[in-house]
Amino acid sequence: MSRELGDGHRRFLQTLMAVGITDEQEARALYQHCCDTHTMQCIPDKLDDFIEAINSRLQPMFMQIRKGMSEENGRQYYALVNMAETDITRMTSDYADNELELFRKTLDLIVSSENGKASSTDILNSTDTMTSKKLKKSETEHLLTRLVQDNWLCERRGEYTLSTRCIIEMEPYIRTMYQEQVKVCHICHNIAFQCQICENPSCGIKIHNPCVARYFKGRVEPHCPACDDFWPHEIPGTNETSRYQNNVLYLLSPTRRSEVARESTSVLVGLCSCRK
Amino acid sequence: MTQRKRLSNVQSSSQSKRQSNSFMTQEEDEDATFTQPSTSQVQRGLEKLTAAQVDQKTAEVVQYILVKDQKKIPVRRADLVKHVIKDYRTVYPEIIKRAMQTFEQVFGLKLVEIDSKNHMYVLVNNLDASTARPSPVERPSNPKMGLLFVILSVIFMKGGVVRENLMWNTLKKLRVDPGQRHEEFGDVRKVITDEFVRQRYLEYVRVPHTEPVEYEFRWGQRSDMEVSKAQILEFMGQLLEQDPQSWTQQYREAHSTASSSQASSSNHR
Repeated sequence: MSRELGDGHRRFLQTLMAVGITDEQEARALYQHCCDTHTMQCIPDKLDDFIEAINSRLQPMFMQIRKGMSEENGRQYYALVNMAETDITRMTSDYADNELELFRKTLDLIVSSENGKASSTDILNSTDTMTSKKLKKSETEHLLTRLVQDNWLCERRGEYTLSTRCIIEMEPYIRTMYQEQVKVCHICHNIAFQCQICENPSCGIKIHNPCVARYFKGRVEPHCPACDDFWPHEIPGTNETSRYQNNVLYLLSPTRRSEVARESTSVLVGLCSCRK
Repeated sequence: MTQRKRLSNVQSSSQSKRQSNSFMTQEEDEDATFTQPSTSQVQRGLEKLTAAQVDQKTAEVVQYILVKDQKKIPVRRADLVKHVIKDYRTVYPEIIKRAMQTFEQVFGLKLVEIDSKNHMYVLVNNLDASTARPSPVERPSNPKMGLLFVILSVIFMKGGVVRENLMWNTLKKLRVDPGQRHEEFGDVRKVITDEFVRQRYLEYVRVPHTEPVEYEFRWGQRSDMEVSKAQILEFMGQLLEQDPQSWTQQYREAHSTASSSQASSSNHR
């Protein structure tokens, strides 16, 4: 159903067009700002309704404001995406054919990797098997810089991952292209790249790193939600050292100390009573 | 998309006022063959099409213009007809009308024909740019816009036209040298005389009867629409710690109804 928009909606859309992607907190603040500026009513929890109204008018142009989770920090983000193409042709206006081929190869590397990363070395080596005009080393490096600048990839310490915006925008394409090959998070059911995998060979479920942190929060002994095997991986947000520290701290905590005091008192009492 | 230079012997006198490095392209040839259909032709054309078809074509036009406008280069009608409109030529005016409506209603943008002779369009912000409080999400700023703003200020304060030598000297004082590669802007001369001109922010016109050839700078059509002269004057006032009203002529021009109706307080998108 197509809804009537106000200047508040338009300002929100213009801003999102300019930045491409924004996190949930910023989106809420922007929603408030846009409504205030154009004296529109702003109901705090109705951001998604507000966006729905915009989406109803964007739909004929195959554009949408979509929500997705960052694999880095677990936060929700809103991105303006192009739904028209079922291919990577959404990038066509900015990249040459052979550059797009290399991007697809990088995507292949990331999808098939365990950690959702592709090293610059592996990407550079993949130019050997290019079918379109081969990219030179310097051209590949320059292309990777542009892909990061244009917010399709992220780079850290020589390794490349898909940006949150890329995942949100390309999810339908990736699901179609890679089908069974792409990992899916057992908890949130979205496609997963940076994730943990159950070590049980007959299970093998995947969970996003932030989803692991949320699901196993506070649990002393994590178990796979599917097969109940011990979950051997480090739970993000707590590391082994801190778990040990937590246990030790617990032992030295006031609660425990008073417990120990009570226990030892009763032992002493017991001993004393034995002697009698 | 390759564009070929052609000898412009057949340029009319009005065209010779434009930059001397203008060129005729294939697209302009095709545009010459596109004649605006009459109202009755449009009506008949619409009868043959379904509402869904017209909506679809409108959506394609909107998408196309949005992508093109990202680079700030005006959209040529000829390109639009060739790449998007195609078989829907007979209903072109209706499609453009609906596209304009979509831009206003959905995006708060205005599709403006910047050149009625050569039929070129640009997108301009329809929303009032000034807000009581700054936006919590800052749109990425382009440093080139800062450079442009300075250039526009110089031109405006100098009465609307500046010889290029004066401009280069002024910029050199700000350590922007057309002869040297700039850290932020790269090839400064190219940005100012080519990029800004193609984007219609500036006009770089040859001064007639000068030997050696000299050029002068004027505001471009996009600047007329997007940049507020009142804002420039405010900026100059702050910079030089003077009351904007002290520049009486410029103040009058900045606040005349003609210039203020074009660009209220809207700035670059």
